[in-house]
Amino acid sequence: MRIAGYLYMAVLYGFIFLPVGVLVLFSFQEGRLPVPPFNGPSLKWYGQVLGDRDLMAALLNSLVLAMVSSAIALVLGFLAAHALARHRLPGSALMRGLLIAPMTVSYLIIALGLLTLFNRIGLGPSLWATGIGHVVINLPLCFAIAYAAMGDHHISAERAARDLGASEARVLWLISVPMLAPPLLAAYFLSVTFSWDEFIIAFLLTRFEVTLPVEIWSMLRSGLSPATNAIGSLVFLVSVVGVVAMEIFVLRKAKA
Amino acid sequence: MPALRPYAMIAPALIWVGAFFLAPFGVMIAVSLSRLEGRVIVPGLFPDNYIRAFTDPSLVKGLVVSLEITALVTVISLALAYPLAWIIAMRVPARFQRLALMLAVLPFWTSYVVRSYAWLLVLGQKGVVNSTLMTLGLIAEPLQIAATRSATVIGFVHFFVMLLTLTIYSSLIQLSPNYARAAADLGAGALRTFWHVILPLTLPGVVTGAFLTFVLCIGDYITPQILGGNNELTLPQLIMLQLGRRGDFPLASALSVILMGVVTLAYLGCAKWLRLDRV
Repeated sequence: MRIAGYLYMAVLYGFIFLPVGVLVLFSFQEGRLPVPPFNGPSLKWYGQVLGDRDLMAALLNSLVLAMVSSAIALVLGFLAAHALARHRLPGSALMRGLLIAPMTVSYLIIALGLLTLFNRIGLGPSLWATGIGHVVINLPLCFAIAYAAMGDHHISAERAARDLGASEARVLWLISVPMLAPPLLAAYFLSVTFSWDEFIIAFLLTRFEVTLPVEIWSMLRSGLSPATNAIGSLVFLVSVVGVVAMEIFVLRKAKA
Repeated sequence: MPALRPYAMIAPALIWVGAFFLAPFGVMIAVSLSRLEGRVIVPGLFPDNYIRAFTDPSLVKGLVVSLEITALVTVISLALAYPLAWIIAMRVPARFQRLALMLAVLPFWTSYVVRSYAWLLVLGQKGVVNSTLMTLGLIAEPLQIAATRSATVIGFVHFFVMLLTLTIYSSLIQLSPNYARAAADLGAGALRTFWHVILPLTLPGVVTGAFLTFVLCIGDYITPQILGGNNELTLPQLIMLQLGRRGDFPLASALSVILMGVVTLAYLGCAKWLRLDRV
């Protein structure tokens, strides 16, 4: 029984890692096609990818877009969560529902809706439009995480600060934010990864300045190439480093 | 004044959601009821696009294909992920569990587009699967896997096994071992304990995961577009086709509203067990 369990686990891990393993292995392919037989290893595709100006511009766009749109989503989500958690307001269930609602809607529909709206008011596709869309998809996430983390035990600390004369803004910034730092950081980090990886909104709402997933998408149209493997592997490597750093610095601290 | 402060804090978020989520959705519904004449969109209250969506065979087929693929993916992913989550939660020593879980979802961190592309490398004509089988002499001709429904399903299952392992693990780990012990004391075997105790208690987590799978799968354009080929198109592919080829926003909007309706039905179907706030 025990052995069968571990065997099952091994098979499933094999399935889970198969595409990633193939992706990384053939990024070192010497030849022009990323399929067996493997010949190499060669780093030439990494050189080509890192020297590709369109690709690097897209990468920078994605990075800025993810960081800025997530920051906006986090600030809006946190403010709303704080107000809804600390005050009894009429219609609060409705407001919570509205703020969560975009989570249950396909990105494609959000993208199409924004495209239609922007067309109507004469706003062309751009990184800004994409950023607006990314705030829409990440706001519910940031709100939900912040709202869930808003425990009662923080209230007395906030009250104490208020009694000592702190303004409401200072209470938020000096008391609430630091006490909620780990979940807020986690929300920001999740938002950044979602925005960084988001394709369909960026695809429909950008035109000349594209994001990395859109640029990779246009690379796919010219067929299989180890260059696509190389950029895919690089993105994977960076993300894994980020996850491990997150695990070590944020979550471990949160537990301690 | 202080009474207004909470509203001032909620307002920015609500305005954002109103302006960039509700308003676009309203505009989309309005456009779905308009008519495309030549390249001009004529506003009105025409049911034409909805009638087309439910009568044009290629559009009806899109909805059916989407539902079939999504159902298949949800069932297979659940069947694969539950045992994996169970083994990690119940059999793997506690201090290795976090590591085992992190490993199980590590490929999550590849880019979504790249992940489908990577499956193309595995499943393609000259891909890893075909060349391995041919080297072993098990097949003479390469199998046609890429550009079929199987490839789409495999690509999806890969993604959702990881997602479901996470959600199911988190509901398994919250169970007190006392439930299983109590069932065993009362004479239940391992199978009965699982079926009558463990599974019902983890059902909210399972249903939440299944609902997420359903929503993300049925709305996805990338995986079927890269892996599925052009033989059968899913609803999102048809929506993108209307946008690209003819600029037919009214039909694309109507199809999107229908997609949204399907998701809403699925939500209502499992609302009883859903715990979206606890994902």
